[in-house]
Amino acid sequence: MKVLVSVKRVIDYNVKVRVKADNTDVDLANVKMALNPFCEIAVEEAIRLKEAGIASEVVVASIGPKAVQEQLRTALALGADRAIQIECDDLPEPLNVAKLLARVVEAEQPGLTILGKQSIDVDNNQTGQMLAALTGRPQGTFASEVKVEGEKAMVTREVDCGLKTVELVLPAIVTTDLRLNEPRYAKLPDIMKAKRKPLEVKTPADLSVELKQHSRLLKVETPASRQAGIKVDSVDALVDKLKNEAKVI
Amino acid sequence: MSILLIAEHDNQTLNPGTLNALTAAQQIGGDITVLVAGSGCAAVADDAAKAAGVSNVLLADNPVYDKALAENLAALVVEQAAGFSHILAPAGTTGKDLMPRVAALLDVGQISEITAVESADTFKRPIYAGNAIATVQSLDEVKVITVRASAFDAAATEGSSAIVNAITTACDAGTSAFVSEEMAKSDRPDLASARVIISGGRGMGTGENFALLDSVADKLGAAIGASRAAVDAGFVSNDLQVGQTGKIVAPELYIAVGISGAIQHLAGMKESKVIVAINKDEEAPIFQIADYGLVADLFQALPELAEKL
Ligand SMILES: Cc1cc2nc3c(=O)[nH]c(=O)nc-3n(C[C@H](O)[C@H](O)[C@H](O)COP(=O)(O)OP(=O)(O)OC[C@H]3O[C@@H](n4cnc5c(N)ncnc54)[C@H](O)[C@@H]3O)c2cc1C
Ligand SMILES: Nc1ncnc2c1ncn2[C@@H]1O[C@H](COP(=O)(O)O)[C@@H](O)[C@H]1O
Repeated sequence: MKVLVSVKRVIDYNVKVRVKADNTDVDLANVKMALNPFCEIAVEEAIRLKEAGIASEVVVASIGPKAVQEQLRTALALGADRAIQIECDDLPEPLNVAKLLARVVEAEQPGLTILGKQSIDVDNNQTGQMLAALTGRPQGTFASEVKVEGEKAMVTREVDCGLKTVELVLPAIVTTDLRLNEPRYAKLPDIMKAKRKPLEVKTPADLSVELKQHSRLLKVETPASRQAGIKVDSVDALVDKLKNEAKVI
Repeated sequence: MSILLIAEHDNQTLNPGTLNALTAAQQIGGDITVLVAGSGCAAVADDAAKAAGVSNVLLADNPVYDKALAENLAALVVEQAAGFSHILAPAGTTGKDLMPRVAALLDVGQISEITAVESADTFKRPIYAGNAIATVQSLDEVKVITVRASAFDAAATEGSSAIVNAITTACDAGTSAFVSEEMAKSDRPDLASARVIISGGRGMGTGENFALLDSVADKLGAAIGASRAAVDAGFVSNDLQVGQTGKIVAPELYIAVGISGAIQHLAGMKESKVIVAINKDEEAPIFQIADYGLVADLFQALPELAEKL
């Protein structure tokens, strides 16, 4: 079985973004970029499936400008076999990403396609579900455990009130939650080796997908900041403030 | 305008998040239809029919909708979508699972987790873990939207007497099946709707030590929450995680204990009305957003707090 993993280039999770002075967007100039943490988990899961002899090949895809090749190389260093970049000027909206990925799925026929549950920049949480819809495949979102058993995958999902396990008929789409696994670090020799692994570049036109704009970003603002509070020096003082000043207890 | 609101429920009662999403629907304006899909869920439809501002209720009561499998529900929503300008759902895990599937089937985008309605096609939503607020205009004919419940007041549970219409078609994709669930059981208020929340982080040290939070929570009628680190360490279950990728809460009072205040955690609680932090490190970033900070060892502070409340 082939496993396809879709990875996104995003701002490093440790960086606090700043909004541009003209309020058109956030400022990403000279900001450290990285593999979206949920995508790292997706790559790790695919590699584990390969190590377990369940996956025969791990293909990674990313959509965006040339810079996303950096994240594809990271995935290759972690153990993916080959990569596909779909060249776009920007990072397209989720439905466009899903349409491009649907063509990759059609061509590659992966038994399992793994995505992150959410990109930590725009926090959409959409692409995997959209890809599942467009390919007519079942979806196991927010997965904390994936077990492939023959023609089926048992996926345990993190839901609001606990955990829910579903059985999906393969081929299927899975999106990762934080507790699915703990991703490994790439070793230096593997980083060197990754430079020689195949990386194919395609365009939306090659895949016969026409990108469409579904929304317009009108403004980006800094949220109202909270007034700095005070330190209290004892539990008594805290209880007193909560009772008599904040009046919340 | 005509809005279809997908109810979230457990076949018995309407999940409160649906009432918050109903408020967002009212702000958009127009006729509001609530879709209740489930199995043995007629009581939920009756509740929905009474909720303020609801003009119609569609009840799809069939075993294929029992466990809210997205494959089946999405097909149902798309089947019912004709004529609606907006399709809304609360941004709980059910809505997040379902709505992008609906949007893609309708060939439209989705606006995720709106926190404000600017007009019928323009909404605000936080991005970058809440460090920026985007104003986004939908260009699609049908607007598919999930609503962040904590950003809208709950609509009144009484006020309408809508008619409930039954849908008899059964959409069964046949590609997924429910196997089991492990529901966290707790006598405490739900995190999403609690007036007071006390959350523990890695500083709690062990799962057993969460009992220290329990004794304070008992006094305050509070819900218990946690940081990702506490969940990852196995102190508590995943459903307690507050943050960018967990639950978003905005209670009257949020008490963070042994939590450093990473941006991903703040993203889930910084809209709380009053924030208290208890941490032994006076440099912990959580103090920058806390209204009241207590620099103390939690193992001393919590028992004392429980006693003095
Ligand atoms: C993709 C991604 C998503 C994430 N999503 C979330 C999310 O949704 N929610 C979330 O919470 N995090 C999330 N995180 C993790 C986040 O970055 C932090 O790692 C996490 O919030 C840290 O948890 P913590 O504050 O409990 O632990 P730590 O940062 O380790 O802090 C522990 C604190 O406890 C204090 N302490 C220790 N002992 C005591 C004592 N005896 N008395 C008093 N204080 C004590 C310490 O001083 C310290 O400040 C995410 C991270 C990533 C990469
Ligand atoms: N530009 C992209 N290229 C590749 N994968 C993407 C891209 N955008 C989103 N994804 C995938 O979709 C997941 C969810 O993203 P989102 O729907 O934007 O929150 C990510 O974790 C990726 O796996």
